[in-house]
Amino acid sequence: MALSPADVLAGLKEIVEEVAGIPAATIELDKSFTDDLDVDSLSMVEVVVAAEERFGVKIPDDQVSELATVGDAVNFIVKASA
Amino acid sequence: MIQVRKGTDSQILSVGGYQPSRVVPNSEIVDRIESTDEWIRQRTGIEERRFAAPGESVLDMAEAACRQALERAGLTMDDVDTVIVATITYPFQAPSAATALIARLGNPKAAAFDINAACAGFCYGLGMASDFIRSGTSKHVLVIGVEKLTDFTDPNDRATAFIFADGAGAVLVGPSDHPGIGPTIWGSDADSRDAILLNPSWNDFRNGATGVAWPVISQQGQIVFRWAVYSMAKAGLKALDAAGITVDQLDAFIPHQANVRIIETMAKEMKMPEKVIIAQDIRTSGNTSAASVPLAMSALLKDHPELHGGLALLIGYGAGLVYAGQVVQLPPLPVPTKSN
Repeated sequence: MALSPADVLAGLKEIVEEVAGIPAATIELDKSFTDDLDVDSLSMVEVVVAAEERFGVKIPDDQVSELATVGDAVNFIVKASA
Repeated sequence: MIQVRKGTDSQILSVGGYQPSRVVPNSEIVDRIESTDEWIRQRTGIEERRFAAPGESVLDMAEAACRQALERAGLTMDDVDTVIVATITYPFQAPSAATALIARLGNPKAAAFDINAACAGFCYGLGMASDFIRSGTSKHVLVIGVEKLTDFTDPNDRATAFIFADGAGAVLVGPSDHPGIGPTIWGSDADSRDAILLNPSWNDFRNGATGVAWPVISQQGQIVFRWAVYSMAKAGLKALDAAGITVDQLDAFIPHQANVRIIETMAKEMKMPEKVIIAQDIRTSGNTSAASVPLAMSALLKDHPELHGGLALLIGYGAGLVYAGQVVQLPPLPVPTKSN
């Protein structure tokens, strides 16, 4: 069953806060991981691996660079879980 | 029936390290790659590294590391019957660096060969040395990791120029009355061969096609980071399991010094207790590929002499992608001499 976007966003907020120390309250769908949230490329890998484990999806290496915003990541994970 | 030999248990008798004298701080590199000291420290942990002098060769560095290892073990080159050199930067295809080294060290009759397992080369060689002794093929084996990566790094490449450096480390592996080196866990992920490359080929360079320059290292940081942290943490746990050692019994963790972020995240994944001392030689040595594990071991024992004889998990990983790891007993205190 596909995950709901709201659940994925809530989970992602927790992961980004844990990995990169960014307060969950500042994490919104239209924020860019690198430009707005200052998540560097290596922290992004940690976020992706944590998201894979939490949501039970696969996010291939060549997809990671496509996930520019939090919304991109939510959409990808929701689709991958369907 | 064919007669066979039977060996003994094996152990690391000593470790030696050599670093070039030229210290290169981040400030010397940042302008060419439009970076900052803070950015490099944050992404890699590297504060400074060592670059070999122009005339200083792979062999010069390897020889110095070997002489220190021999002296610390209280042995001479006459005692050594096998020499394994792990390197990707010896600038001759043949004869090997190992044969040049035994000639310099004064035992030109020892068995000698090079291996190419990139940053995992030292741990590959150590596993082989231990098995040679256990099978009775060899009695004393010098295993050397040595690199002059500055010869094969583009100083203007924003992805690699601040990472790679030069140096040599060597261990002397010999007989033991107890197992001092655990089983080697090794393997490859060759589907990701493109993640770290040293390109172009010599042939392409010789033929001088347009745009073909001297071979240099390139790497895809995110792919390597993901593989190094998550796959290598699993490989490290397998090496512990194979040796019958739990993570709580370790005194030290000496992984390949690729990046402090990889080292710290890997340790977290493996649930290393705080009491385990984690080598972070990369901060002052940079990434020296095959040399990094023995150099980090040598530096760790200098800073923490109480670790002599303790248990350490070693793991090397790099271009291929290839990896190897094992649990070892760190060498005993050096035999007292004038310089030890």
